[in-house]
Amino acid sequence: METAYLIETVVKIVAVLLIFSALAGFGTYFERKVLAFMQRRLGPMNVGPYGLLQIAADGIKLFTKEDIVPTGVVSRIFKIAPVITAATAFMAAAAIPFLPSFTMFGYTVNPIVSDINIGILYILGVMGIGLYGPLLGGMASANKYSLISAARGAAVFISYEVITGLSILAPIMMVGSLSLVDFNNYQAGGIGDWIIWSQPVAFVLFWIAAFAETGRTPFHLVANDHEIIDGFGTEYSGMRWGLFFIGEYANMFFISFIIPLLFLGGFGDGTFLGALAFLGKVAFFFFFFLWTRAAWPDVRPDQLMWLCWKVLMPIAVINVVITGFVMMF
Amino acid sequence: MNNEQFNDRNVSENGYYLVDIQDYPTTGWDKFTRVVRRTLRGELFVGLWVVLREMIRFDIHTVKYPEEKMPIGPRYRAVHEMKRLWESDAERCIGCGLCEKICISNCIRMDTKIDANSRKEVTEYSINLGRCIFCGYCAEVCPELAITHGGEYENASDQREHFILYEDMLTPLDKMKAGTQLEFEGFGAITPHEDERVKKTPLAY
Ligand code: SF4
Ligand code: SF4
Repeated sequence: METAYLIETVVKIVAVLLIFSALAGFGTYFERKVLAFMQRRLGPMNVGPYGLLQIAADGIKLFTKEDIVPTGVVSRIFKIAPVITAATAFMAAAAIPFLPSFTMFGYTVNPIVSDINIGILYILGVMGIGLYGPLLGGMASANKYSLISAARGAAVFISYEVITGLSILAPIMMVGSLSLVDFNNYQAGGIGDWIIWSQPVAFVLFWIAAFAETGRTPFHLVANDHEIIDGFGTEYSGMRWGLFFIGEYANMFFISFIIPLLFLGGFGDGTFLGALAFLGKVAFFFFFFLWTRAAWPDVRPDQLMWLCWKVLMPIAVINVVITGFVMMF
Repeated sequence: MNNEQFNDRNVSENGYYLVDIQDYPTTGWDKFTRVVRRTLRGELFVGLWVVLREMIRFDIHTVKYPEEKMPIGPRYRAVHEMKRLWESDAERCIGCGLCEKICISNCIRMDTKIDANSRKEVTEYSINLGRCIFCGYCAEVCPELAITHGGEYENASDQREHFILYEDMLTPLDKMKAGTQLEFEGFGAITPHEDERVKKTPLAY
């Protein structure tokens, strides 16, 4: 039993790592294609059919590029920073149930690495650590744009984490558990049971905070190309930069898994149809990340802090209080 | 190609209008109402709809460059050409050297000699395209409309110096015989209705 459990866990970890590293590559492809179509372009077309092999070309390029550690950087921190981003992104995946449990060759598989009872807390915490990647990388780079990016990263960090925590508090109070599997089971009764109907405000707030968490377009100020080049990534090259990249895209995927799990019923009762619907929801949220990038402008750091502290946080607090009163009476 | 749309500078009739900019709110209440108004007006969703509409319409404007090419204007100033005379198929260039003299980046070099018919003949003529800034002065100054700009813009090279020689620029004889030499409409070319505008010099001069 013990060995079987160990082997199963290792296999799951490897599967999650491989699948989501590959998905990160596909994510870039989809992003380019979707952005291109929305801007009346074609996107990558020349490498492979419809540019599909562009991912392979990018991968080869990232892996074989010279790894430059510039003079003047704090080299140890400079080297560890990308690892933090990528590693924490994948560590957060440990508590996410990707699919309902299914039976394969007479063996029941739970597609979750570890169903710990503090799942959400763990995920938010580990994703929070992930921000140390840009922060440390930016500060160690000996580059003023990177430094600005690190400062912005810190500003973003203290703003959105409050919203994430407070907005998720009300649903947690209703479900009475921090495990994502429990969240899913709470909403297993069909569309009417989804938490979005009872907590629409929390849903919108969490969604907004997710954009800040992943650093996607309305809140892409940590690495705004037109203002501060690539921000914390400016001095990075080759696979070190690639790790930042994989971390960012893996984060996007994981957040896209978490939002439907928390608010939109997850995989429901665990049937095949429920699993399909779940993947559909995940795809929609991932698509939405790309969609907003084509449609919306970026906000300034002070605007983001203003939004988070003066608008969203009061709303989140009021939401928690109202939920508390409703549950009490 | 029609040049009219490029020459029309009358912006007021082309759908331009002044944007109505509101005053900045001063009091706290005004700021608050502005935030609420902007939040509830749903402009973000207008943006989302616009890009989604374009995606669904799939009206792609990409030009797949090496396979497809955009038409370029007749006045486009790309790599030079040397024209021939329509009447005799002879070269128009009289070797006057004005183009060499006026070239501001000093990239034209030429050499001439007097040939058997006492006519000046060009023996060497080269343009260093690596230095040429395609200003069009040479085409403008040429008294014979001999050197003009052409439409060939694909002149990438693996070195800074990229020379083009007289023979390469000269309209090939077979093209001339087929009557397909194109006149240049840009810098230095004859303007339309030139004949009507020419004033005869009075004999008294
Ligand atoms: S276009 Fe200008 S720079 Fe080029 S050869 Fe003519 S005069 Fe010289
Ligand atoms: S190209 Fe024109 S300007 Fe230049 S030498 Fe010949 S006739 Fe003179």
